[in-house]
Amino acid sequence: MAELRFTKDHEWVRLEGDVATVGITDHAQNALGDVVFVDLPEPGREVAEAEACAVVESVKAASDVYAPVAGRVVEANAALGENPALINTDPTGEGWFFRLAGVDAAAVEALMDEAAYAAFVDSLA
Amino acid sequence: MVPFAGYAMPVQYPAGILTEHLHTRDAAGLFDVSHMGQAELVGDGAAAALEKLTPADVQGLKPGRQRYGVLMTESGGILDDFMVANRGDRLFLVLNASRKHLDIPAIEAVLPAGVTLRPLPDRALLALQGPGAVPALATLAPGIAAMKFMDFAEHALAGIPCLVSRSGYTGEDGVEISVPAEQAEALARALLALPGVKPAGLGARDSLRLEAGLCLYGNDLDETTSPVEANLVWTMGKRRRMAWDFRGAERCRAELDGGPARLRVGIQPEGRQPARGHTLVQQDGAVIGEITSGGFGPSVNAPIAMGYVARGAAADGTALDLMVRGKALPARTCPLPFTPHRYAR
Repeated sequence: MAELRFTKDHEWVRLEGDVATVGITDHAQNALGDVVFVDLPEPGREVAEAEACAVVESVKAASDVYAPVAGRVVEANAALGENPALINTDPTGEGWFFRLAGVDAAAVEALMDEAAYAAFVDSLA
Repeated sequence: MVPFAGYAMPVQYPAGILTEHLHTRDAAGLFDVSHMGQAELVGDGAAAALEKLTPADVQGLKPGRQRYGVLMTESGGILDDFMVANRGDRLFLVLNASRKHLDIPAIEAVLPAGVTLRPLPDRALLALQGPGAVPALATLAPGIAAMKFMDFAEHALAGIPCLVSRSGYTGEDGVEISVPAEQAEALARALLALPGVKPAGLGARDSLRLEAGLCLYGNDLDETTSPVEANLVWTMGKRRRMAWDFRGAERCRAELDGGPARLRVGIQPEGRQPARGHTLVQQDGAVIGEITSGGFGPSVNAPIAMGYVARGAAADGTALDLMVRGKALPARTCPLPFTPHRYAR
């Protein structure tokens, strides 16, 4: 499985071919607390890098989720409609948000790797 | 931990808001609400003096009993909401942390000679809430089991002299305990050692009170809202509604006679998406109100809200649109509370 890349807004990206799967990090789900609802983008929507394209609602608050890279939404995770708690229990697996096609591999490569993201999170504490 | 009104407050403990909320409804949650203002009013005529500021019946409050009320502004808005207990030789008040700096001078301004308001900044306040709260507490002080909802009494807990009221802010049975600040930690540790008691934070306190339909000052009540609009007419004593001798009475009387322009109602969004405070409420494309508190109700297992709508839209079951991120989320007005109260009446 391809390695994960990370943004400063606490999204993760996994690029396979030219399709990127996007979700929020374990740090993000932990900060949000129990997730009760997600608003996901419609397939077919073109999103720009850093565009707000999903919303995650926890018991505590609502937060925007941004596109880590530009692309076209090809799939949203329907399982989250029934069970948004997947974001808490498996944030980088079953709790994925949406998939983008037509993604520039260099843009993904330019994001933080796991070690850089871990250092970034430590710098926030 | 987050800052609130100059205090560092725990939003949640490691269990998280959802678990703390459900545990409080199921067993017992311990809340540190020491930010709340405490004060006592001493001297002959204290109750009559306080009645100048509140439509609550304070003079009719019997010793050992507590009552909820609002303090009024000159123009008939709500300055604060508060609890008042009759301790026999004095009145004991609990005020909001964010409003006590306004309440105290407002009360002092109406006091006659011989009546004194004494702020009690050296007292902490703990709330033990849930169906397991009183059974657990009764192992330390059996007399608490005999108290009814809104009774107020002195009890020694783990050797610490406390003021206990059978009340709270969750809709559940339980108590609030005023304790000297230097003994608060010892008391909290003693309470957390009781079977079934777990700590709960401000986040769970907020979701519990919203399910219970209880107002939060600054969200659901402010200086622009009247007690009639806020559906708090029940806090106005019958005698007070005959005499109309309290600050801001003119507006309340006019609204009771002619109907207020808007009313606080429960709002149930359809589906799973929560609508938060400040969400605009529309009907047929026109703005008719605003959500003042909204979120997810863990016990209801659905989004819940309350807010103000035009009187014509306040009837239970009225269809509304909540404008969430530019989209209309369908909702209906509904009766409060969302979760039935379980007080020890």
